[in-house]
Formats: sequence, C-alpha cells, structure tokens
Amino acid sequence: MAETQTLVQAQPPAPPQGGAAPPRRRPSRRRKGPLAYLLRVVVIAYLFFLVAWPLALVATNTFDDGFASLEGIFDDPDVVTALQLTAVCAVIAVVINTVFGVGMSLLLVRYEFPGKRALSALVDLPLSVSPVVVGLALVLVYGGRGDWFGPTLESFGIQVIYANLGIIMATAFVALPLVIREVVPVLHEIGTEQEQAARSLGANAVQTFWRITLPAIKWAVVYGVVLSLARSLGEFGAVKVVSGNVLGETRTATLVVEEKYLNFDQAGAYAVAFLLAMVSVACIVVVALIRPKHDER
Amino acid sequence: MTTTHVEPGHEPGAERTRRAERTPRRPRPSSTLTPASGLGLGVAMIWFSLLVLIPLCAVIITASQGGWAAFWTTITNDQTSHAIRLTVFSAVIVTLVNIVMGTMIAWVLVRDRFPGKAALEVLIDIPFALPTIVAGLVLLSLYGQDSPLGIEVANTPASVVLAFLFVTLPFVVRMVQPVLEELEGDVEEAAASLGAGKFTIFRRIILPSLTPAIAAGAALSFARGVSEYGSLVLLSGNLPFSTEVTSVRMLSSIENDNIPAAASVATVLLAISLAVIVVLDLIQRRVASRG
Repeated sequence: MAETQTLVQAQPPAPPQGGAAPPRRRPSRRRKGPLAYLLRVVVIAYLFFLVAWPLALVATNTFDDGFASLEGIFDDPDVVTALQLTAVCAVIAVVINTVFGVGMSLLLVRYEFPGKRALSALVDLPLSVSPVVVGLALVLVYGGRGDWFGPTLESFGIQVIYANLGIIMATAFVALPLVIREVVPVLHEIGTEQEQAARSLGANAVQTFWRITLPAIKWAVVYGVVLSLARSLGEFGAVKVVSGNVLGETRTATLVVEEKYLNFDQAGAYAVAFLLAMVSVACIVVVALIRPKHDER
Repeated sequence: MTTTHVEPGHEPGAERTRRAERTPRRPRPSSTLTPASGLGLGVAMIWFSLLVLIPLCAVIITASQGGWAAFWTTITNDQTSHAIRLTVFSAVIVTLVNIVMGTMIAWVLVRDRFPGKAALEVLIDIPFALPTIVAGLVLLSLYGQDSPLGIEVANTPASVVLAFLFVTLPFVVRMVQPVLEELEGDVEEAAASLGAGKFTIFRRIILPSLTPAIAAGAALSFARGVSEYGSLVLLSGNLPFSTEVTSVRMLSSIENDNIPAAASVATVLLAISLAVIVVLDLIQRRVASRG
C-alpha cells in the first residue's frame, strides 16, 4: 500500500538547472561489487524456495493427470455451488467495502471531527485481528444463541450466522481497511486546490466528487478493489467459524479445499486450490500492470 | 501488503502540499463537518460499529463475564499457554528473519537491476493475495510428506515458523521499498568521497532513514504472525503441546462449544493487535513530525 502512495508522489526529479549539470546517476547503475551479486543470489534463492517452487508444485500436482481433476471439480455440483457462493459473497463484500472505504477516506482526510485520530487507527484493526477472533466476535453478537442482536434478528426471520449474510459480514470485516489504506495517501497528495476551484465555479458537492475527486483517486480505488477482491475470495478462518460449513449451502471454495484435503481427495483439493491461486495471481498481475499507468499520471 | 502510511523523506512535489497543510499552526476548528458529511460519518460509524466495534467488544465482555480468576485460569491452562508461547515465540523469530530478509529483498529490488526482477516483484505480493488455506497447501507440496527436497517440516514446530514466514513476507519489503526509493544518492556519494566504507555508509546513512519503515513492517508482520490461522490448518497438524497455535486452540474451543474460553484467548490476541496498532500509530507520528 505504501508503495502506491509513493508511486503517486514520486514525480520525475527536477530537471537539472541550466542544462550543464550531468543527469543524476542512479545508484543502481554503479559498478557492482561481489556483495551485490551475493545479495541478489540470496534473495532469489529465498523467494524461490519460499514462494516460487511451492507455488509451481501446486500447478504440477493439479495437472498430474492432465485436465481430469480440473474437469472433475466442475462436474461436482457442490464444488460449483461453493465457487458461486464464494464469488457472490466476495463481490458483495467488495462493493460494500468500496463505498464505505471511499466515503471513510474522504471523511478522514477532508474533515476534522473529534475522535478522528482514534477512528483512523481503529479502521486498521481488522488487518491485525485473527480471522478466528473475527468469526467468534460475529457469532457472539449475531448468533441466534447469543444474548446480543442474534435472537432479535432471528425473530424477524433474519439469520446471519450459518447463512450467507454472516459470510458476507466476515468477508467485509477482514478486507475492510484495504480500500481506505490505498485512497487516504492519494487524497492527501492531490490536495484540495482543484476541488476548491470547482466549488468556486459553482459545482456542487456531488459534481465535485464525480468530476474532480474520483478521477484523481480512481487508480488507488481500483488497486484497493483488486486487493480486497483477492482477500475476500480467499477468506478462510472467519468464514469457517460463521458459515457452519453446510455442504452445498454455506460451504465456500476455501472450505472445500480443506474438506477435500482432509478427506484424502488430494487431487480435488489441489484443483480447487489451483483455481483460487490463479485468481489471486491474476489479481496481483493486474495490480502490477496498473502501477506504471498510475506513475505516469 | 503494507498498510501504514510512513511518509518517505523528501519528494519535491509533495513538499509544497504538505507544508501548506502544516506550517500555519492555526488552531483548527474541532469540527468542519457539513450536515451532509456529518450524515455520512454517522452512517459510516453505524456500519463500522455493527461490523467491527460491537462484535469485538462482545468478545471482551464475554471473556470478562467469568471474572478475572476464570480468565486467568483459562489462559494459563497448560495447553493454552503452550499454544500462546509457541505462537509468540514463532512470531518473534519470523519478525527477526523478516527484518533482515525483508530489508535485503527491498534493497535488491530497488538498487539492483537484472532480468526477471519484475517477476520477483510479483512473487513478493503473492503471499498477501493467496488464500491462506491455499498457502498451507502450497507449502505442504514442497515441505510436506513426499517433499521433492527431502525436507519434511509438516507436523513439526518448524512448520509454524515456515507458514508465518510465507504469509508475512510482503510486510517489511513493502514498507522499506518506497522509503529506499526516495533516498537521495547524494549523501551516500558524499560519505563515500569522504572515505566511508560500504558498511559504514549503510549503518550510518541508510539504516537510520529506513528504521521507521522497518519497525512498522516488523510490527505488522508480528501481528499477522500471531493471528495466523488458515495456512497452519493443513501444514502444522495442530498437535496439542507441539504445533498447536493460539488461533487453532481458539477454534477448537469454539467447536467444543466452550465460548468463554475462546473469548478469553481471543482477548489476549486482541490485546496484542491493539498494542501493534498503537505502536504503528506512534511510529507514523514520529516520522510525520520529523519529515
């Protein structure tokens, strides 16, 4: 996250005055000593053994017997239901988080109000809370057997825990700060001059937002949305606690991976895991492609 | 990846805006909310409270209902305290490794140039986006039973460290990288021309500017490690007194319908998360006031 913000801030270095000054030498173009090569090798080896090789093995395990295991999971109606459920819940959670995130970012950056500092710190809390704690917290408050809102909601016929609503809430909880973390630095950076100009020329608040503010923060929003989507599709711990893991009803894709692996259906587990991994790698690549455009702005 | 906004030192463009915000130390009005934005804040706060604040308070209230003695008995229970010790110990080791490796990776990504560097950039982000259960499966395929490497760590305490290393990989890297990119080469060149060796330059010139970013990244990776659950489910085997971490312990309490015990352990984890948030806030403020 911090890097987007710097990418936005990183403007081309000021042109040398008078043209006589030599172009600034980037340190990376300096002659490299043996230390640089040693560092490079250590870093590549570390990433290879920690990320690249294991990830590649999942792909090879999936295609051990051709496309059979991938086709197998698409023939299984329970897995297809799980994939659909995951996609629907993730999209709803991302939409909620995007609206909430952009709104909250505007409030935190453009306005002053008592308690702002505490709120700004608390908004980060979901990132460092264990997913199991998230699940437990939601079950306590919205569970039908708790003494908080659960029984009242259920008397109105609204079931949260062990239902899709609970999955959406758990997903929204864990991905809550991602959009805010992207948008806040950019909002700080663009300043208020253009917005004030628009306002003084007669634009109302809504017009200013759509014409001036949103275009300026759009890449930060897209980046936040892609990260939230990856995070939401992959949520496991919190969903496991709140969903009840009912086959064909509230079992999400990540729960299918665990279930299949524990039931010795390794091929199925690897196939679903491969699908999920592909989606998250795709998200990361999309983000990597967005970045340069972001920079040229 | 990284979540905190550590302001890198000096960028020509940003300087103007930021100074404009800071220098005229006029006493700010306590609230600049318009009716419309006030309404927005109200709606946002209601949602935030319903989703985050009330449920987290419910955890603490449930834990406190049994009184201090019950809380203390629960968390000092042999199995639970072993799980907490293992989690914190592994998270500390991983944080130390991340401080060194994360800084090295950021250094190579910023200062070195070689074909395939873009691929490394993508690799760094993958652990953040990969579903944690898939991360566990991924690690199991290389370090599990029929490991092609011959290294089998599954079901041993080392697997906890391995899983933490994987999921916390991006934090220090992504905090340090932007700060390193913003560092001016001039000071280093001046130091070198005055006869400073490479290590002296690194220790005296570069490291001090990186310290806040490294600290923020370390705090995040510690918090993430302590709260990790998904990647361990398949990898660690969840053996009591051996590889069972706090989150797993909590989940088995929930599944055994021992909600008060789960809430007590959750409170300990929440206290750690809150401490990390406070540390991050302090680091940010220190950097901002210095910048």
